[in-house]
Amino acid sequence: MAFRNYILVCGGTACESSKANAIYEALLAECKAQGVADEVQVLKTGCFGFCEQGPIVKILPEDSFYVQIKPEDAKELIAEHVVKGREVKRLLYTKDCGRKHARVEDIEFYQKQFRIVLRNCGFIDPENIEEYIAREGYVALEKVLFEMSSDDVIAELRTAGLRGRGGAGFPTWMKWNFTRQAESDQKFIVVNADEGDPGAYMDRSTLEGDPHSVLEAMIIAGKTVGSNQGYIYIRAEYPLAIKRLEIAMAQAREMGLLGKNILGSGFDFDIEIRLGAGAFVCGEETALLASIEGKRGMPVPRPPFPAVKGLWGKPTVINNVETWANIAMIIVKGGDWFSRIGTADSSGTKVFALTGKIRNSGLVEVPMGTTLREIIYDIGGGIADGKEFKAVQTGGPSGGVITKEYLDTPIDFGSLTKLGSMMGSGGMIIMDEDDCIVDVAKFYLNFSVDESCGKCSPCRIGGRSLANLLEKISKGNGELADLDQMIEIGEAMKKASLCALGQTAPNPILSSLHYFRDEYLAHIVDKKCPAGKCKSLISYNILPDKCIGCTACARKCPVAAISGERREVHVIDQAACIKCGVCFETCKFGAIEVR
Amino acid sequence: MSIMKEENIFSKELIAFIEEWKEKPGNLIMVLHRVQEEFGFISRESADKVALMLDMPLATIYGVLSFYHFFKMVKPGEHNIQICLGTACYLKGGDALVDELTNLLGIELGGVTEDGKFSLEGVRCVGCCGLAPVISIGGEVFGKVTKDQLPGIISKYN
Ligand SMILES: Cc1cc2nc3c(=O)[nH]c(=O)nc-3n(C[C@H](O)[C@H](O)[C@H](O)COP(=O)(O)O)c2cc1C
Ligand code: SF4
Ligand code: SF4
Ligand code: FES
Repeated sequence: MAFRNYILVCGGTACESSKANAIYEALLAECKAQGVADEVQVLKTGCFGFCEQGPIVKILPEDSFYVQIKPEDAKELIAEHVVKGREVKRLLYTKDCGRKHARVEDIEFYQKQFRIVLRNCGFIDPENIEEYIAREGYVALEKVLFEMSSDDVIAELRTAGLRGRGGAGFPTWMKWNFTRQAESDQKFIVVNADEGDPGAYMDRSTLEGDPHSVLEAMIIAGKTVGSNQGYIYIRAEYPLAIKRLEIAMAQAREMGLLGKNILGSGFDFDIEIRLGAGAFVCGEETALLASIEGKRGMPVPRPPFPAVKGLWGKPTVINNVETWANIAMIIVKGGDWFSRIGTADSSGTKVFALTGKIRNSGLVEVPMGTTLREIIYDIGGGIADGKEFKAVQTGGPSGGVITKEYLDTPIDFGSLTKLGSMMGSGGMIIMDEDDCIVDVAKFYLNFSVDESCGKCSPCRIGGRSLANLLEKISKGNGELADLDQMIEIGEAMKKASLCALGQTAPNPILSSLHYFRDEYLAHIVDKKCPAGKCKSLISYNILPDKCIGCTACARKCPVAAISGERREVHVIDQAACIKCGVCFETCKFGAIEVR
Repeated sequence: MSIMKEENIFSKELIAFIEEWKEKPGNLIMVLHRVQEEFGFISRESADKVALMLDMPLATIYGVLSFYHFFKMVKPGEHNIQICLGTACYLKGGDALVDELTNLLGIELGGVTEDGKFSLEGVRCVGCCGLAPVISIGGEVFGKVTKDQLPGIISKYN
């Protein structure tokens, strides 16, 4: 049955938490109340990516893009758009195009994007397998079951040049081939959905918006390497993604796409979900496998690699969610098609979670080789609040900062590593002039220290020493010799740590020391924090010529450090001040200065 | 001490779940998740019971419990306030929210108020970075939170 209008409501976690569900219910109720329930289909989809403007509602076929919708808007949307056929102008997104009619392709945020992984996110109802199937879903699986040999599949991946999206960029075809060639009575397929980088949510959105794309790829891998059991290891903090996976698995089973004798091919494959429990190190593949085995998630030295000796000692293919989400399209459209997207070093696309001090925060998918400038300025709309760009961190706690001079670098695995950062899983954090580089390095180091499993001493002890040195510098007690010492410890950790957590943990320090040595020196030599962030190095002062004596700051100061009569210039007692910044935020006359 | 008693009783569903998973390899973490789902934390008594039911040394169970941040060994408050400590939230002032909340409630991160009403928990990225800084109370997420809004948000739960 064809509907007159399709209304797509973003049901990603970010929008869901800003009341997407209430909007969905309200739209359904209004359709009924206004007598158009039979003509309109209301769907809850995965994340549209444009989280900054959420919750988002898209109405087809007009492709009208409504932003920041509230449940109360439902009545007007149905009455005007659906019943009378008039767009509700006040709710349309109009920023980037002069025209009133904001179509998705007019919006700059989407123009430079190219969607393979997120092809279905925001277009289908992830809780309905029929919609996935209607968009070429499970076509690849049919091909693999009935037309292609294992050699063909691996050759296709090889032509595609797909590299793992979990961080290290290892060629996927090689992993699969190792496992295929390994002799064993049992092999396993594992999805790494642990997504530990704090500030990244690509995998979460993929699973929430298009769970079948991952399931289909797992079954394909099972057939190719000779495995009939898969596991999805997912963070317990992702309840919506878990729920949608469970629904997807049940629907696939019902349709004979999962379980015994898939589509009558004689091939059996089943999948089980295993929950993570909040340990970053469990994103590392050997630790993850230990965790599935029910143990403490501690890495073990490689080789042997999991491809040969993995889960319960059996050959195991383990890939990242985004890697999995590329597979079916490569089979359907061909490795050749895929290899033409991106750069020679890295083919295909990459999804980034663009966050921090950026105007349009959200999820973006771009061809490899897109420059940082295009992502930050053309898609992201530049820095928020008219501030100055300072740096971008890719690779999360394992990566490093990249500065203004390098914004025109085309992004791929090789180019980011050359800059002292890394691709990582796709976190992209933008910093502006208000962010202190020492403070951010401290944030990442503390994260890595908290998350170190403690098994090897370079990481356990080295990480702690680095964090202590940063703390010392941010407190104003740093000495010049500390800088060399940090580099020395960092280099030692890189060489001697057992797993990549310890090997990459010093990166935020080493790269920021390289690009922002002056800022470290300001903390150490001048005892100043230029960004005004490190509390021990700043003071709040009242400017006599601006203070009108309104007493607002004095009333708000939690420690009564401000004195002064009404209509007279106030003063801060520096010995009592705890530098909470309340006075600074309170003063309406710009009379308080941070030094 | 009726509360203590409740904490010791595994529901029929929980027992069925454990029975179902008993023979599966690597079941411990899944079982602990299910126990925590039921009680909000994993008490010594619960751990004892799991040890018995899975026929596993208590030390193994505590080894796992203490390794994974997600598992709680003390009872959280009636309303558990989670503050996102992820990078995006940190840059957008998440640390100021921590200061303000510890101030307002008089407890540190990881603490529970004396009346048992609130607990404070620092969590890693909850995947709503576009809404940073984010806090979440009993599953309800508040985005772009400012210090000034906190007293109002908390009073909703009081
Ligand atoms: C400390 C640490 C954390 C990691 N976290 C993740 C993660 O959250 N998700 C992921 O897919 N890979 C993560 N990895 C990478 C995995 O070890 C592994 O390389 C990846 O799952 C392989 O999949 P791919 O070939 O598809 O990239 C992490 C590695 C380390 C050392
Ligand atoms: S490098 Fe760190 S996380 Fe990795 S094994 Fe060593 S202590 Fe554990
Ligand atoms: S920074 Fe805080 S403690 Fe210091 S004077 Fe201002 S309000 Fe008072
Ligand atoms: S960093 Fe807070 S939600 Fe992602």
